[in-house]
Amino acid sequence: MAEPSIIVVGAGPAGFRAAQTLADAGLRPIVMDEARRAGGQIYRRQPEGFTRSHQDLYGTEANRARSVHDGFDALLPHIDYRSDTLVWHLSDGQAWTLGPDGHRSTPYDALLLCTGATDRVMPVKGWHHAGTYSLGAAQIALKAQACAIGSRVVFLGSGPLLYLVAAQYAKAGANVAAVLDTSPFSARIAALPNLLCQPAVLWNGIALTRDIKKAGIPVLYGVTPVEVVGNPETGVGSLRFRASDGTEQDIDCDAIGMGHHLRPEAQLADLARCDFAFEALTRQWLPVQDSDGRSSVDGVYLAGDGARISGARSAEVSGRLAALAVLKDLGFPVDSADLTHLRSAKARYGRFARGLAQAFPWPSEQAKALPDETIVCRCEAVTAGTLRETVREAGAREANRAKALSRVGMGRCQGRYCGLAAAEIIAAEAGVPLESVGRLRNAAPVKPIAIGTARTSGE
Amino acid sequence: MTSPIRSDILIIGGGIMGCASAFFLRRRGISVNLLETDLVGRQASGTNFGNVRRQGRPLYQLPLANRSIAIWRQAQALLGTDIEYLQRGHMRVSYRNRPEIAGDMERYAAEAAQFDLDLEMISGNALRARFPFLGPEVLAASLSPDCGHANPRLTGPAFARAAERAGAGVHEMCKAVSAAKVGDDFLVTTQDGREFRAPILLITAGAWAKRFVEAFGETAPLTSRGPNMCVTEPLPYAIGPSIGVATPETMESVYFRQVERGNLVIGGSIQNPTFPDEYRVYVKPENSIGQWQQMQRLIPAIGKLNILRTWSGIESYLPDHQPVLGPSAAVSGLYYAFGFSGAGFQLGPGVGETMAELIGTGATDIDLTAYRIDRFSSE
Repeated sequence: MAEPSIIVVGAGPAGFRAAQTLADAGLRPIVMDEARRAGGQIYRRQPEGFTRSHQDLYGTEANRARSVHDGFDALLPHIDYRSDTLVWHLSDGQAWTLGPDGHRSTPYDALLLCTGATDRVMPVKGWHHAGTYSLGAAQIALKAQACAIGSRVVFLGSGPLLYLVAAQYAKAGANVAAVLDTSPFSARIAALPNLLCQPAVLWNGIALTRDIKKAGIPVLYGVTPVEVVGNPETGVGSLRFRASDGTEQDIDCDAIGMGHHLRPEAQLADLARCDFAFEALTRQWLPVQDSDGRSSVDGVYLAGDGARISGARSAEVSGRLAALAVLKDLGFPVDSADLTHLRSAKARYGRFARGLAQAFPWPSEQAKALPDETIVCRCEAVTAGTLRETVREAGAREANRAKALSRVGMGRCQGRYCGLAAAEIIAAEAGVPLESVGRLRNAAPVKPIAIGTARTSGE
Repeated sequence: MTSPIRSDILIIGGGIMGCASAFFLRRRGISVNLLETDLVGRQASGTNFGNVRRQGRPLYQLPLANRSIAIWRQAQALLGTDIEYLQRGHMRVSYRNRPEIAGDMERYAAEAAQFDLDLEMISGNALRARFPFLGPEVLAASLSPDCGHANPRLTGPAFARAAERAGAGVHEMCKAVSAAKVGDDFLVTTQDGREFRAPILLITAGAWAKRFVEAFGETAPLTSRGPNMCVTEPLPYAIGPSIGVATPETMESVYFRQVERGNLVIGGSIQNPTFPDEYRVYVKPENSIGQWQQMQRLIPAIGKLNILRTWSGIESYLPDHQPVLGPSAAVSGLYYAFGFSGAGFQLGPGVGETMAELIGTGATDIDLTAYRIDRFSSE
């Protein structure tokens, strides 16, 4: 039998460990990654020529980042690595890519999707003003380019990334005006039993908060954002919010980094026609997988945050496990002790992830309370009011129908950033459970691509 | 067992044909129930390009298209909602390597004039001056100033909601699983176990019509394909008419329009395979790439523009590219309107009004001879 064609999409911690596991078995996987340099997002590498140390860039995770980076570099002779390559469609058992050499299609026997995550964002009135970034974008500006998003920054939202980015900004010397957490502190206490299954990670999180407070940055819990106050000429001017005691306050800032934990980038799983299921805890649809990362589609495997938000450490485990599942399904010998060990590690991380979801809940009630004039879909400037009217007047009860009638999710991001909030608004207005609203269907291309990338013959 | 739900007319299929028919039947005071498997206007009606064009249709289709255009022009008032109809022209262009097409367009313009379709032939410097973005391969153009385009995503649902407000029963997520004539009535059972009964049945089920046609002992060689569609990011609004390439070569036959929001909607070239039983169609990437290559022939400067999304839907086709439209040849009280072969959007309102007239009065001025179902029975 010819060597099977195995494609790993993504070169973050999950993709790296998957590729390494396959290479260890004597195979030569193809690793396709959208970024110029491997490492993924949380261990994103600075561009060539930048000289900050791993310790400066990744703090407590410096050793892990180094092991992913060095490990990937050591793997290069054993894999077919295609960087700067976007997988924009899957069709007829082939991955369609756009890379430095243009369009290409590559057939696969097995496809491992390690596509990572982006911020999950709850809109706030005025968040369209220039200077409002996602937490992930704020972190990329710092890690990749050594830039802060503003000269006086407020971080708003919830989730571990809120504290990580704020601490990184403070450490880099940026002016952080406040950290405003929408989740109540009590949620963290309730989540403790699950969080205690990863004491080291939990301790890192506590230490981050301590560092932020030590730097003199106010940290407020149970905050309800009211409005990003700004104007079209000068962008963000302040953030108005309601503190947990009910008082309304304004805090001056020229930039806001916001996000409410993360969401999987599962577009390729959808284009691969994988089944999705609704997860009540996180109030979102996730691709269905078995304990090892097999999707509902033969030959398609899922690992890392692209399947379920569990963090970078977990991604290394689920990446290895999914690669073992590939090997097993292709008839290669697999050590059952390895499988058992990885499965139990993955389950432990899964429990921790549930703890995080409990501690930093998605503030779904905010969607219901958004003023009508709030822009929900920033790409297409669709307001909450328009969306609600679509539900009320045109009878839209389902996400894709609301999209068709209102344009929500039809812009450059294709609903990646507004889809989950839009679904909450539709459900609240229609008075139906979120689950029945469904999810936006994904369509190619996964990211916008220029018409001119399609070269005519002879060029 | 609950008793059957009765109406004067029962319609199977909630695309633009079914929804417009329901709307115009209600305006005649006739009671209607419409059954739709999914949500109204989701497949061919909602995913097509959105051309509201008369130009290029066979001459014998023009009376029906003219009836339709009159409705399009007053659609907003009629439906009480904006379906983004823009009457800013429709233009066909021909390439230099097919000079015969320019001649065909001129002949068509001469003949179409008798059907009130005024076409302006443009070429050379005049064409460059008015449409400077067209590529050097473009030789000549035929512009129909009073054609235009509209938003297909909005149009089917707009007719359905207007029909509902006028008293029609529009039943979505309600799949008809069997249809039969029992005595003087048609009896239709739906997947959720309900029974609908009416003395007249209209089949507007597009690619899914065949099952019902055959249940009544007739035949139509219906096939289905999915249009090859995409949309770009927005740019300042500047292009009024929708513009397409006139060519016998499917690969070359791309077209585009700019919506007021600024995006270019692009269609044409090779179509996609469909899966009507699963209610799905998937855009093939090779078809998208081929279309984008062709678009750069039509507009060389388009290369930097980003594509945001591709899509398709399930359209029904008949071998002669004409619909089946009119009464059944076998069963009294049974009517058909399906198989519009990728060219039904503009006709939709006119078909709705014509079917309502035919059913309501027993006759219509529109000559339906070319669309008879029994044209296939001798094959």
